[in-house]
Amino acid sequence: MTRHGFLGAAGAGLSVMATLLASAGPTARAEGPRVVVITAKRFEFTPKEITLRKGETVKIQLKSEDVTHGFFLRPLGIDTEIPAGQTAEVTVTPHEVGRYRAICDHFCGAGHGGMKVTVVVEDEGPAAE
Amino acid sequence: MKTELDRRGFLKIAGASMGVGALYSVWPGIASAAGGEMARRLGSKTGEAPTPFTFAQISDTHVGFEGPLGTSAFEKAVETVNGLPQAPDLVLFTGDLTHDSEKPGERATRMSRFKEISARLKVPKVYHVPGEHDAGLDGGELFRDAFGPTHYSFDHRGVHFVALDNVSRARPEVGAEQRAWLAKDLARFDKAAPIVVFTHRPLFDLRPDWEWFTSDGDEVMNVLAPYENVTVLYGHIHREDHHTIGHTAHYAARSLIFAFPDPEQADERKPIPFDRDQPFKNLGLRIVAQTPGRVAGVETVNVKDVELSMNEFSGTEGFNQLLKSPTF
Repeated sequence: MTRHGFLGAAGAGLSVMATLLASAGPTARAEGPRVVVITAKRFEFTPKEITLRKGETVKIQLKSEDVTHGFFLRPLGIDTEIPAGQTAEVTVTPHEVGRYRAICDHFCGAGHGGMKVTVVVEDEGPAAE
Repeated sequence: MKTELDRRGFLKIAGASMGVGALYSVWPGIASAAGGEMARRLGSKTGEAPTPFTFAQISDTHVGFEGPLGTSAFEKAVETVNGLPQAPDLVLFTGDLTHDSEKPGERATRMSRFKEISARLKVPKVYHVPGEHDAGLDGGELFRDAFGPTHYSFDHRGVHFVALDNVSRARPEVGAEQRAWLAKDLARFDKAAPIVVFTHRPLFDLRPDWEWFTSDGDEVMNVLAPYENVTVLYGHIHREDHHTIGHTAHYAARSLIFAFPDPEQADERKPIPFDRDQPFKNLGLRIVAQTPGRVAGVETVNVKDVELSMNEFSGTEGFNQLLKSPTF
């Protein structure tokens, strides 16, 4: 059986932590890991693509603007829930360059199947949200 | 080569062409002395020794989905089952009976419409599990009102059937509580007992980034692992599929509303475009034929696609099924 990546290899994320935050922190912090903010609302994530760097620890803040959503990306070991109207956070350190697809895996309505974010892991060069 | 009955070959599953879903035949290996002894032993455990029968699987009817076919394929499926020379004992619906809706009252209306059509089935018993479109938005509340529990089990002619719910928690998972229930449910059975699990999503990672997986599928399969004759039937992926993992065979039935592409070939999970000239292309069933009657040795599973075709498209009429050559 083959586990499918989205144009990428599996097993890219070793360090993943998920946290539910009391309040959102939408901007990058002065110190510590870079923060990437992703907003979820039926039936889309914003932005639709993020870029990470191999070996860089990044905090991904996931904000729900309406109902409960999921954020699932098997190759990076991410599987978290974003409660309705709240913010969840995952910390990830990708170790494999690739192009992956994260999806909402909490059924949220008829357009649920189209909720996805492309996660690009680059080897070098500037990363951008 | 074993000299005694191969336990893995005990439950013979043969598929027959219906054009609308998969029809399975259960063939206990009771023709031999060893098989007869095993049937008696299992019967002593369950109170009923395995005896031959057939059942059908129909999946993903999506009543209410705004597509060109409406309920025509579903209604034809019912007619086809009713037209079989010998009615199957059971029909199993493996989820997404209805398509979800935000409109107040509409989901209940769609479930009523589903029941209206399925009630035409002239079979002794019909069973259902929910899909995410039936139960993902309300934790299965409306489904339970209409059809009863979302997970349960029953015995039929010496075969143990288990309905598993991997959609009602909104996420693709079965959950610890249901897994504990499953372990307890199976505890009374001999390791050779024939078990058929029917559920909506695949219990393995078929294509996780298309949400074709169950997050705790490995844990579910660990519960099932001690049992040597387990067959898993599922839907969700709107296409035929067969995977054997360990000694468990997993079979997906096609949809009766639209088809998804091959996950090995396509990057995006987009329905295969509707073709008015071949409106039922890729809808229908897959055949699983496992040669019955052999006492020992490894059984060969023969897989054939059965594709619906049509002579004239006129709503609920005008298509025939054609048996095509095996494609995998």
